[in-house]
Amino acid sequence: MQDNKKSSQKSGFDFRSITKTKGFSAFTAALLAIALGLIFGLIVMTLANPSKAMAGFRYVLVGGFSRFGDVLYFATPILMTGLAVGFAFKMGLFNIGASGQYTMGMFFALYVGFMVELPAGLHWIVAILAGMIGGMIWGFIPGIFKALLNVNEVITSIMFNYIGMYLVDMWVQGNATMYIASKSRTNYLPSTVQIPSLGVQGSNVNLGIIFAILIAVTLFIVLQKTTFGYELKATGYNKYAADYAGMKGKRNVVVTMIIAGGLAGLGGAFAILAPSAIAGSSMTYEPINIIAANGFNGIAVALLGSSNPIGIIFSAIFISHIQRGGSLANLVGFKPEIIDVVIAVIIYFSAFAMIMNSALAKFVKSKFGKKVEMANANAEPTTTNKEAK
Amino acid sequence: MENYIVEMLNITKEFPGIIANDNITLNLKKGEVHALLGENGAGKSTLMSVLFGLYQAEKGEIRKNGEVVKINNPNDANALGIGMVHQHFKLVEIFTVLENIILGVEPNKMGFIEKKEAKKKVIELSEKYGLAINPDALIENISVGMQQRVEILKMLYRENEILIFDEPTAVLTPQEIKELLKIMRGFAEEGKSILFITHKLNEIMEVADRCTVLRKGKYIGTVDVKTTTKEELSRMMVGRDISFSVDKEISKPGEVVLSVNNITVASKLHKNNAVKGVTFDVRAGEIVCLAGIEGNGQTEFVAALTGLEKMTEGSIRLCGKDITKSSIRERSISGMSHIPEDRHKHGLVLEYSLEENMVLQRYWESKFQNKGFIKFDAVREYSEGLIKQFDVRSGQGPITVVRSMSGGNQQKAIIAREIDKKHELLVAVQPTRGLDVGAIEYIHKQLVATRDAGKGVLLVSLELEEVMNVSDRILVMYEGEIVGELDPKTTTVQELGLYMSGAKRNTVKETNHAG
Ligand SMILES: Nc1ncnc2c1ncn2[C@@H]1O[C@H](COP(=O)(O)OP(=O)(O)OP(=O)(O)O)[C@@H](O)[C@H]1O
Ligand SMILES: [Mg+2]
Repeated sequence: MQDNKKSSQKSGFDFRSITKTKGFSAFTAALLAIALGLIFGLIVMTLANPSKAMAGFRYVLVGGFSRFGDVLYFATPILMTGLAVGFAFKMGLFNIGASGQYTMGMFFALYVGFMVELPAGLHWIVAILAGMIGGMIWGFIPGIFKALLNVNEVITSIMFNYIGMYLVDMWVQGNATMYIASKSRTNYLPSTVQIPSLGVQGSNVNLGIIFAILIAVTLFIVLQKTTFGYELKATGYNKYAADYAGMKGKRNVVVTMIIAGGLAGLGGAFAILAPSAIAGSSMTYEPINIIAANGFNGIAVALLGSSNPIGIIFSAIFISHIQRGGSLANLVGFKPEIIDVVIAVIIYFSAFAMIMNSALAKFVKSKFGKKVEMANANAEPTTTNKEAK
Repeated sequence: MENYIVEMLNITKEFPGIIANDNITLNLKKGEVHALLGENGAGKSTLMSVLFGLYQAEKGEIRKNGEVVKINNPNDANALGIGMVHQHFKLVEIFTVLENIILGVEPNKMGFIEKKEAKKKVIELSEKYGLAINPDALIENISVGMQQRVEILKMLYRENEILIFDEPTAVLTPQEIKELLKIMRGFAEEGKSILFITHKLNEIMEVADRCTVLRKGKYIGTVDVKTTTKEELSRMMVGRDISFSVDKEISKPGEVVLSVNNITVASKLHKNNAVKGVTFDVRAGEIVCLAGIEGNGQTEFVAALTGLEKMTEGSIRLCGKDITKSSIRERSISGMSHIPEDRHKHGLVLEYSLEENMVLQRYWESKFQNKGFIKFDAVREYSEGLIKQFDVRSGQGPITVVRSMSGGNQQKAIIAREIDKKHELLVAVQPTRGLDVGAIEYIHKQLVATRDAGKGVLLVSLELEEVMNVSDRILVMYEGEIVGELDPKTTTVQELGLYMSGAKRNTVKETNHAG
């Protein structure tokens, strides 16, 4: 055997061995990406309004802390769509259709909310499950196209974003119980179908975030500990090897897309079934032919969280935090449009920087010496290179 | 004192859990072919990557023409005239040959690439050195041999004078190897200096001037090839004597294990069939070798046999059971083990750890999972056993990421997995590609042991020596057909060559099908 092997394996607690794990390097990369995103956001704010930039930026950074309940509340749907994108990505599928699945889930939940009468303790649970099923159906379709006809899931799922959105808008507008045409929004949902609040003053935060975090942890376990997760990741890394190992690639594609769709659908349900702080009202949906932004934000959440379910919990909360803080920046006179731009810049620049992860690590290494050591030296020969036979 | 063009002095390079290079010194003379020899994982690729600027050594220095130089990245190496052909090529698949060659050093006029000029230069170089290429073909569509010529032209185009070849011959056919060695010799005569990694001692004897030997990360010595022998080189390399012939008893074939009938497979490259009505049997207790020059349908045949690709006609029986339409998993359960030709494409999930790869075919067995949850302890214990038994070397044992392992040890991991899995038939495609002589000896012994344990072995090999030494029966494949059946004990390499090139053929003896 190896005689120059060092005994680094069983030496108890060793900080260096922690800093060299994959998870840690993904974490530092995410922090770096966020820092770059923030700098970029600050630049945009400075360009827009130099005198107020620092004050506004302060709100972006720390404003969220004063409204932590809201941060969690707004994190719930993007946590779910983030999981929907990240989970599929583990298998090498780019589920850009989270928006459509989200919208479908929302509609199914609405439908159960308005059209089905159930006792109070059961109504919201059934509505959530209905939302999940709605999303699953919308994930299943691109999945089956991919498996049987090898149609690229990106194309089908973009198409189904539109199809889903228009269908839902049509269904909502055509249903007199659901829709109030004069206000061009849905009616208020009965209180029996609203998810129980967590009781934080002045915030809509509800059981949804608890469910979302539990689901993320479950997914983490599925990916790390089960044969299904083993197959899924193997397929994502190398589908030829997965075939060679006799894994049922086609079945797994469909199952993964169903799960991903279900996750996004749950996101839609959690969003629409959230309790309202004002008694007698509820969340509403406006069928105005716009694709749900929460679906796309899910892509950024997943990227920033390295598609790791636990990472996604944190990245969803972070992005929600920036969004909450940003919305406070108009207190110092930033127009909402500018704030939207700044938030988008921070989110997407962070996510983009995350993709550039390895290039970034190299840059930092060359600038700051050997600190970041070859944490992922083995990532080196990949990129676009060919592995010869 | 001698004048060296490159001196690598006291180089030390560590990876997590392993010292890949431990105080190694290597001196390269101008105009020589310098071979680098060592077992799988000895640190050859690492040393060359240090010279090429892919890794930075922790200790030691590099000198060029006597002056200390710092090589921080491949661009620095390039500026010093150092070029490298990697063990696993680094070409951009969706670019053309020409684009790959000029990548990064595109001649331009005010920012516009001057392709015409570049093409002229590339064609000139290719003609001068006899490196036939098609500049406009996409990399993904050309053969491995041509990809390698592209890599060589890349170095020449950059006017490199120190050329590193990391196991260039492992992926070539015997004919291509001959040409490559000639080209390398030509380079040396022109005054270029060459570092040449190979596991094939014959090639060293034929082309190299000097040879440096590494073992387990340490420097063993440098010898003049003219005054040494194959035996001595291999002793330096592994620390013991290696037997180059395979000891085995006469085979005692038993029941038919595999019976393929009229297998026909369509070609992806041309309109004709790649495999045309192949019929033969493999019995328990024999090693049948499918020999032939690369590209005569062996790859397609194996893909159909193992279920990776569909066939258009024919049937397959394994241990009496019809598996023509079975899935890959069902074939595996029915007793087929498969050492695939392309270890990176099929054989391994490079991002997975060694232990995860060790159970790639078996993770679903009740031994390794319970109600869908993987039993990590069982996986660890099982893979530790295999690692020990098959001497798979890596930095961190079972938790090593397979991508970071040396090529030969990756191969050993696959072989361990497939041989240890319960099987009646072992389909071994080029099982010793890229392995050192010690490992080859070991693998050959394992193949014979598998045979002696009453299993059938179907060996697909391009290496004539392996074909002659290991097999009990040779089937020669030419243009998709079996053109001859030979007995390795009574045939010669020359005769085998005639069959392989299609100059001679006989029909497969019908007696094989009687049982
Ligand atoms: N990037 C890396 N990260 C961690 N370990 C590595 C890395 N590259 C190589 N190693 C380890 O260093 C040792 C030497 O590897 P190297 O690739 O240099 O061997 P080699 O002599 O080229 O072997 P082969 O003949 O099999 O190609 C091996 O044990 C390998 O596992
Ligand atoms: Mg090597």
